[in-house]
Amino acid sequence: MSAYKIQEHEYDMIVVGAGGSGLRATFGLAAKGLKTVCITKVFPTRSHTVAAQGGISAALGNMGEDDWRYHYYDTIKGSDWLGDQDAIEYMCKEAPAAIIELEHYGLPFSRTEEGKIYQRPFGGMTTKYGEGPPAQRTCAAADRTGHAMLHTLYQQSLAHDAQFMIEYFALDLIWDEEGVCRGVLALDMAEGTLHLFRGHGVVLATGGYGRAFFSATSAHTCTGDGGGLVLRSGLALQDMEFVQFHPTGIYGAGCLITEGVRGEGGILRNSSGERFMERYAPHYKDLASRDVVSRSMTIEIREGRGVGEHHDHLLLDLTHLGPEVIHEKLPGIAESARIFANVDVTRQPIPVLPTVHYNMGGIPTNYHGEVVQRVGGNPDHVVPGLYAIGEAACVSVHGGNRLGSNSLLDLVVFGRAVANRCAETIKPGALHKQLPASACDKALANLDKLRNSNGSSPTAEIRLNMQRTMQADAAVFRTAKTLTEGCEKMAKVFSSFEDVKVSDRSLVWNSDLIETYELQNLLYNAVATINSAEQRKESRGAHAREDFPERDDENWQKHTLVKVDESGKSSFDFRPVHMFTLTDEVAVVPPAKRVY
Amino acid sequence: MSDSDAELKRLRWRCRRGTRELDQLFGWWLDERHAAASAELRRGFAGLLEQQDPEIWDWLLGRGVPTDAEQAAVIDEIRTRHRV
Repeated sequence: MSAYKIQEHEYDMIVVGAGGSGLRATFGLAAKGLKTVCITKVFPTRSHTVAAQGGISAALGNMGEDDWRYHYYDTIKGSDWLGDQDAIEYMCKEAPAAIIELEHYGLPFSRTEEGKIYQRPFGGMTTKYGEGPPAQRTCAAADRTGHAMLHTLYQQSLAHDAQFMIEYFALDLIWDEEGVCRGVLALDMAEGTLHLFRGHGVVLATGGYGRAFFSATSAHTCTGDGGGLVLRSGLALQDMEFVQFHPTGIYGAGCLITEGVRGEGGILRNSSGERFMERYAPHYKDLASRDVVSRSMTIEIREGRGVGEHHDHLLLDLTHLGPEVIHEKLPGIAESARIFANVDVTRQPIPVLPTVHYNMGGIPTNYHGEVVQRVGGNPDHVVPGLYAIGEAACVSVHGGNRLGSNSLLDLVVFGRAVANRCAETIKPGALHKQLPASACDKALANLDKLRNSNGSSPTAEIRLNMQRTMQADAAVFRTAKTLTEGCEKMAKVFSSFEDVKVSDRSLVWNSDLIETYELQNLLYNAVATINSAEQRKESRGAHAREDFPERDDENWQKHTLVKVDESGKSSFDFRPVHMFTLTDEVAVVPPAKRVY
Repeated sequence: MSDSDAELKRLRWRCRRGTRELDQLFGWWLDERHAAASAELRRGFAGLLEQQDPEIWDWLLGRGVPTDAEQAAVIDEIRTRHRV
């Protein structure tokens, strides 16, 4: 393996990813006096956090009565009792302070007339433990909250002398013989050079893996790299079967058509023009909750009432609303539909499909952001040197289903938590232990194998096979039959990666090679997801089984742990859901039926 | 590898944006227009890639135009193609 020259760099802490959580951690670690580097494959302000327009939740009570305990209750209920209640307590209690901090760092929140941070209502956010009126809990910076957050945190990181390695791709985690994570091997994409970043801790803040599916609202960059690195290191991911779908992504393009369209009177129709939601939700019809609408759409398609050449999507009809309503109340929708579906919404319906929107599952952590695994009888064993935050992680605060505006909160609260934890446990400038000479061998072998791959299947072809399989068999509609078939198909797609063909042999700006690494990461995530879905025999949150329609707390109120070996074989274990709190300031919320 | 190959590969990576929408629109321009584009348009495209995603999105929807005329010309091409 001596053919590759590796430059070594020593830091106290390494953060992989520069979205909201990665930047919050980078800034926090640097502010605590730890020498910190952030490695990112795209420029920080182009991370997918930029797409988060909605806002960030915190019980500030600026618009009426609110309490973090109400937020805590809503989040537990939203999670369908799969969220860890200690972590949810931590997130909701820390939320107001985290928001005020962002305000002090200069995030331009929208204001009320009195100058307080304005807060809007959001689905699932209530007061008085679900008994009171809807809560106005979501803070926003106009429709650019995610972008404003990235800018604010990037500026703060630079102000505290954090280092950024931009357009560097993390190839693999580097471990020592005792199983301590000691660093990251990365490729500088512009120069084509290899870099070993040594650190006392590695924070994975790599985001979700939406691109494992055919229809996803995620940007190209959401390839689950952190989950891939962790699975390839032989560790388990958690609750991967929980994938949130948005009912109305534009068919083929994936771009989101906001819920507001149905709020303003948009109607979903099948191939015979029928308003089918009347059959599934006679009262709320097209305005039923996301999971109900997504499931109904999927049944329509499976029963042959889809539209288009492959009968594989449905129509969102706005034509009856009139051009004035469309342009006044739904700005940007007509343009999106024109650009991505080539339809004139005043005259034609928009082709839509339930579309992957968020991954609740990920790298298991405690509320400090430390990665945990089950080791023997201990379900909370901390993996030394490894941390995970944001969508890449599973703390678990979202459990079976995430509430809108809790994702940006998750990013900042746990980005901050990991920095605080490392400040307590890691001494700035501590000496790095000698690494075994073979520490990078496995990573280099993988690099060598991928860049010299000369099989018969181009990366894009395997990726499309994976995306179609996941969309068909691991999407909204799940039964033993479809999932078993899907697991078999995914196993074949996983094996076909042995036959991948990379055409570009160079190391400079080799997007062919990078996309092949990303595909490898996606394949591990995909196999973990579909096999986890197959083994969970109940319906909970976003995981809805037609053959097991009820939640089964007795047997399944537990976190799935899944490992995937090099041959693509999955193995399972479980962790208990934390049905305890950190303090006596709030009580455990026992499971109840999730009714809105 | 020639310098122009490396430059094209660099541009391709920079078409990776924060949103799916911009990934597709910039990817289209690079695939379909770049090869035959004038030096001015190529400069405009490279300049646009350095801009902020929400700004670019607003320009594409017709809410304002970039101050740089070469960048505005690329925005126009994308808008014209989609008849927005």
